[in-house]
Amino acid sequence: MLDQNRAPIYEALQRLKKMRIVPFDVPGHKRGRGNSELTEFLGQSCLDVDVNSMKPLDNLCHPVSVIREAEDLTAEAFGAKNAFFMVGGTTSSVQSMIMYACKSGDKIILPRNVHRSAINALILCDAIPVYVNPDVNNGLGISLGMSVSEVKKAIEENPDAKAVFVNNPTYYGVCSDLKKITELAHENGMLCLVDEAHGTHFYFGDDFPITAMAAGADISSVSMHKSGGSLTQSSFLLMGENINSDYMRQIVNLTQTTSASYLLLTSLDISRKRLALNGNDIFSKAVKMAEYARSEINSIGGYYAFSKELINGDSIYDFDVSKLSVHTLSVGLAGIEVYDILRDEYDIQIEFGDIGNILAYLSIGDRKQDIERLISALSEIRRRFGRDNTNEMLTQEYIPPIISESPRKAFYSDKLSLKLDDTVGRVCCEFVMCYPPGIPILAPGELITEDIIKYIKYAKEKGCSMTGTEDINIERLNVLKGV
Amino acid sequence: MELWFTERHTPNVKFSIKVDRQLYSGYSEFQRIDVFDSKEFGRFLTLDGYMMLTEKDEFIYHEMITHTPMAVHPNPKNILVIGAGDGGVVRELTRYPSVERIDLVEIDELVIEVSKQYLPTTACRFDDPRLNIYCEDGVKFVRKCENEYDIIIVDSTDPFGPGEGLFTKEFYGSCFKALKDDGIMVNQHESPFYAEDAASMQRSHKRIVESFPISKVYQAHIPTYPSGHWLFGFASKKYHPTNDYNGTKWNMLGLNTRYYNPRLHIGAFALPNYVEELLRDVE
Repeated sequence: MLDQNRAPIYEALQRLKKMRIVPFDVPGHKRGRGNSELTEFLGQSCLDVDVNSMKPLDNLCHPVSVIREAEDLTAEAFGAKNAFFMVGGTTSSVQSMIMYACKSGDKIILPRNVHRSAINALILCDAIPVYVNPDVNNGLGISLGMSVSEVKKAIEENPDAKAVFVNNPTYYGVCSDLKKITELAHENGMLCLVDEAHGTHFYFGDDFPITAMAAGADISSVSMHKSGGSLTQSSFLLMGENINSDYMRQIVNLTQTTSASYLLLTSLDISRKRLALNGNDIFSKAVKMAEYARSEINSIGGYYAFSKELINGDSIYDFDVSKLSVHTLSVGLAGIEVYDILRDEYDIQIEFGDIGNILAYLSIGDRKQDIERLISALSEIRRRFGRDNTNEMLTQEYIPPIISESPRKAFYSDKLSLKLDDTVGRVCCEFVMCYPPGIPILAPGELITEDIIKYIKYAKEKGCSMTGTEDINIERLNVLKGV
Repeated sequence: MELWFTERHTPNVKFSIKVDRQLYSGYSEFQRIDVFDSKEFGRFLTLDGYMMLTEKDEFIYHEMITHTPMAVHPNPKNILVIGAGDGGVVRELTRYPSVERIDLVEIDELVIEVSKQYLPTTACRFDDPRLNIYCEDGVKFVRKCENEYDIIIVDSTDPFGPGEGLFTKEFYGSCFKALKDDGIMVNQHESPFYAEDAASMQRSHKRIVESFPISKVYQAHIPTYPSGHWLFGFASKKYHPTNDYNGTKWNMLGLNTRYYNPRLHIGAFALPNYVEELLRDVE
């Protein structure tokens, strides 16, 4: 047992401050003296510890002292064999997981509603995606987790795949049967990689779905800066028994900066300490607030703040009750409309709104009185803007992608821009994403079919927000030259 | 020995009162509460170090925030008071025999307890049978009311700290919903004088204008508040604060007041040009 009261990087920085070392090294602002406007804005105490790697502070690329100790404390707090401090966002954690598991030409099984960072990693390491259809709740218009049978099917059809990748939880708080999926992967000699970007708090409290490490998964990416309270861009990479952490470090160092920010590192260190000591208490308060907000919002009428009642034993195996997701269509307003009104009329910024839902992010830092404001604002929005006609629901039939080229090849090959109608039968070189429900319609390397073009036109007509293409109006697509 | 209470009014201005002795100091779930005795202003209450009331000048605030709407509404029976744990508004309201129900919503129970114990000048009518006390967030309370009240008096602290929610558009909108078709809402409206106070005054005015068809502002002189120049908001669904005002009728009630009178009522709505301009900017 390590002493979770310790925060080795933080302590080392405190010691460094006392030593009053004369800096003839980078950064050139020299404890802020060389940039007074910046120092005044961010504060002296911040600039004092914006320092370079040096012997007393260890080095993230090759940690042997205080960073190593801080990583060991983190591993213990999260029940992992090893943990790395990451300073390139959870994006870099996700990319490292995939680049560890897959070499050029290797297959990886992943849900179609995966975060962009995962598909971008495929472009970097030239892995071949095998997509699993995520279930969709048509009533709410959101994509769910992966069902075990779909994963099983994908594994049977692709026994040579190297890894199964799971989003757990999704943005909306939906969890898959992580334990079963991990077992399936291991039985078939595959690694189980988990994008736990939205699940840091799962590690602290009994109210939450199972964590990746507890489920026996091999690697997990944890966005400490989301619910964990550390600074934006800081993240953890957690590893289980089967992972060679020294090789992983080489993978991470391929793309990670050699000048890791000590502001980010110490924020991870202090936040880990805080969660290890008080996490259960902190998150049980956040959950209480979310439960309170849900019951108040559901009593306004029209709104549906959904929760565990959605659980179906498979594609919604569990639900993260700290998430406050609210279905708004029965008030006669699209989620994106409510999202905009909250900000423009009531000075309340929430995480996002799509066609049917809004998501308010609750955490460590929320106050009861702000929750009351959010509830009252929703009540007022219904009174002032509510309509009787509910928007016609947009449903998306899942169109299984036909993968013709690796994402890497499609991304780096010579391209041609064609009108939408002329692209049938060609191989797409870019993403076409559609919200909701946030599942890519096309990813680099995929064959463009008649059905897909029809769907893109339909979604555009319905006013869906479409992203990913070079042409901002989505009238043209980039396709592979000569194929 | 000299003991002084000092409140920062701006980063460059401080206001001090010589303290005779401190009677109470404590923390509630929401804020720090202090009660002092002074030679000049008598007993005074501060929350988080901000002046709430002194025995010497509280009558100005409480008379102006209460009698102004009470004299405009022809038949006020059901009154909602948000904040006001010191009891001053309740004291003024209970003087009207026509009032049938007063609902007082104070977020901080300890403010009421401390006031009962140390501020007998204001906390003197808490035993009135028409009074119901609810210790909860006013934002939440008013959200659940519809078409219930003739008058709502928002006796808030400042737009930071526990009273923050009482300066928001969602709160003013909920008050609109909680009022009857001819209801009136009056609120503590900050000061137009120092820049920071003026900015929050404008912010609340903008939000009230967007929520009510009639939205006017009136003023009073309150010596212990920053700059001494203080504003109240008068928001209404039907009655205009001066056009629909019958001073004679109010006089006939025979209420003995030290600050408020019908001529002052009309005059209080006549604002200095610079204040008119600040208000116009956000209307």
